[in-house]
Amino acid sequence: MDRYDLPDAHGHFGPYGGVYVAETLMAALAELNEEYARAKADPAFWQEYHYELKHYVGRPSPIYHAKRLSEKLGGAQIYLKREDLNHTGAHKVNNTIGQALLARRMGKKRVIAETGAGQHGVASATVAARYGMECVVYMGAEDVKRQAPNVYRMKLLGATVVPVESGTKTLKDALNEAMRDWVSNVDNTFYILGTAAGPHPYPMLVRDFQTVIGEESKVQMPEMIGRQPDVVVACVGGGSNAIGMFYPYIDVPGVRIVGVEAGGDGIETGRHAAPLSVGTPGVLHGFKSYLMQDENGQVSGTHSVSAGLDYPGVGPEHSYLKDIGRAEYDAINDDEAMNAFHDLCHLEGIIPALESSHALAWAIKHAPTMDKDKVILVNLSGRGDKDINTVAALSGITL
Amino acid sequence: MSRIAATFARLSGQKALIPYITAGDPHPDLTVELMHGLVDAGADIIELGVPFSDPMADGPVIQRAAERALAHNVSLRDVLKMVAEFRKTNTDTPVVLMGYLNPVVAMGYTEFARAAHAAGVDGVLSVDCPPEESEELATELEAQGIDPIFLLAPTTPEARIVEIARHARGYVYYVSLKGVTGAANLDIADVGRKIARLREHIALPIGVGFGIRDAETARAIAGVADAVVVGSRLVQEIEAATPETARERLTRLVAELKSAIR
Repeated sequence: MDRYDLPDAHGHFGPYGGVYVAETLMAALAELNEEYARAKADPAFWQEYHYELKHYVGRPSPIYHAKRLSEKLGGAQIYLKREDLNHTGAHKVNNTIGQALLARRMGKKRVIAETGAGQHGVASATVAARYGMECVVYMGAEDVKRQAPNVYRMKLLGATVVPVESGTKTLKDALNEAMRDWVSNVDNTFYILGTAAGPHPYPMLVRDFQTVIGEESKVQMPEMIGRQPDVVVACVGGGSNAIGMFYPYIDVPGVRIVGVEAGGDGIETGRHAAPLSVGTPGVLHGFKSYLMQDENGQVSGTHSVSAGLDYPGVGPEHSYLKDIGRAEYDAINDDEAMNAFHDLCHLEGIIPALESSHALAWAIKHAPTMDKDKVILVNLSGRGDKDINTVAALSGITL
Repeated sequence: MSRIAATFARLSGQKALIPYITAGDPHPDLTVELMHGLVDAGADIIELGVPFSDPMADGPVIQRAAERALAHNVSLRDVLKMVAEFRKTNTDTPVVLMGYLNPVVAMGYTEFARAAHAAGVDGVLSVDCPPEESEELATELEAQGIDPIFLLAPTTPEARIVEIARHARGYVYYVSLKGVTGAANLDIADVGRKIARLREHIALPIGVGFGIRDAETARAIAGVADAVVVGSRLVQEIEAATPETARERLTRLVAELKSAIR
């Protein structure tokens, strides 16, 4: 394969990506693209970004060998990239710091964000407080209900949380509403998009801010085991933690790359959030990618126990990696993810996010079929404190 | 000559009224009747909205219209059937489909363009398909004699105006404000200045929409533009009506707007 160098100048990853937005936003996206190009070439920008990641976020995040879990499974060794140990509890902050620094360079005093589980909303509210910016977070009314602790967290951090009552009242509708805000306040507002999706340049810049995950792993794994892992695996909703882990490994031969989508109640039930597994290419939220939709091109409702994976689309680079065969994508059902969640709590003393539990469940499923000297690196993208209400409810417990 | 070009030629300097309704709102059985009602009341061109599950550029009024239509599962193919039905008794009034790209992607550009031509569609405006991404669709449309209609915005820089002028056919649609459809922050003097700037590069008729809420605003916009597009305000009228009164309420308002811009 030629050296992987995407997207092209217009934001395309093969047939995917692009800029599918109303005319009013075109100039703002062009401005962002130009400013990011300047920032990218500016060593001072990256110096400040890495300073913040080290001293504010607590990077590098460690890699942990989950020995008891691996022993129990009796196959491949499972290693965890501990993004759950980041400030704010997930990988999301890697991106919000990068985008907040861009917003500051562009002189924007107001930032907006969409959020599903609330992790990106919290990470946005956090950096807005850190850099002294006004912050408005759009969140589906359904998600506001099921993620109450994160809603309060955002408010503590000084953000305004706007419940979105339109459509399915989940992440996709929050994204619609954030776009509507942006189009109405484009002069003074920076849109901090939370995943490696949306119109160009977002999939590229979110990826670039998340590749710190894979770049660190590429250094840490040889230190720990003398080589790179055999498999890297990450959960995929929009796909930002996954592309952050995958991107530095695309050019590394012999490393199998696996993305795990939300299988919900099971792919066969139709109640899931797995566009790469069973969707078809379409256009939503400013980009072309695999999409869950009906035969008339209306976007389907999704289901996952994990609000952060409950999205009908997926970042365009994942669609491209799927088509060229460099990454493979699989789905893990709600119950499998729940089992993995409990296993990690009991065997390793780590409460994982329900999103990350999907990646973990894939490793738990496949490790027993692999030799003991094989290594699976799981991106543990977030911690599960936010999910204890959901887990308790599913276990029939009232807190 | 296309129906759109013929319409502007016939008006010879008089201003065109372009009402928008969402196909299937409040009920798919009423849409063709409402279209005829619009024409009777003075519509020069009809913009017919294709309902989409995620109308990112629309305000709450048109969002709700799309939800009402989708509650009856109105698809792009259904909308084309409505246009074909309308064409049985009206062969003059241009119909422009306005909506989002994904239903067209799902149908396939080639099949859509052929079916739209067969139904009697004259123009297609995909809100989320700027010229940068439109080449493939525009080629198919033009092969069928259908005009790709493009948006211009207050934020569009000079170089893009020139570029859009190169791609646009039929007329261009100037989005009068930074916001979603039905917003309330229209600045008419500003619109006038922007349109003067647009005319330096664009020979096609210029329609203005977003935020035109009454006869007075319509008259002021008609003073600077070639066509006045009214959407949310009409959809509000449909929303407030019963299925029995929808046509009457809609046509009364359209007639009022028409006399205001004469």
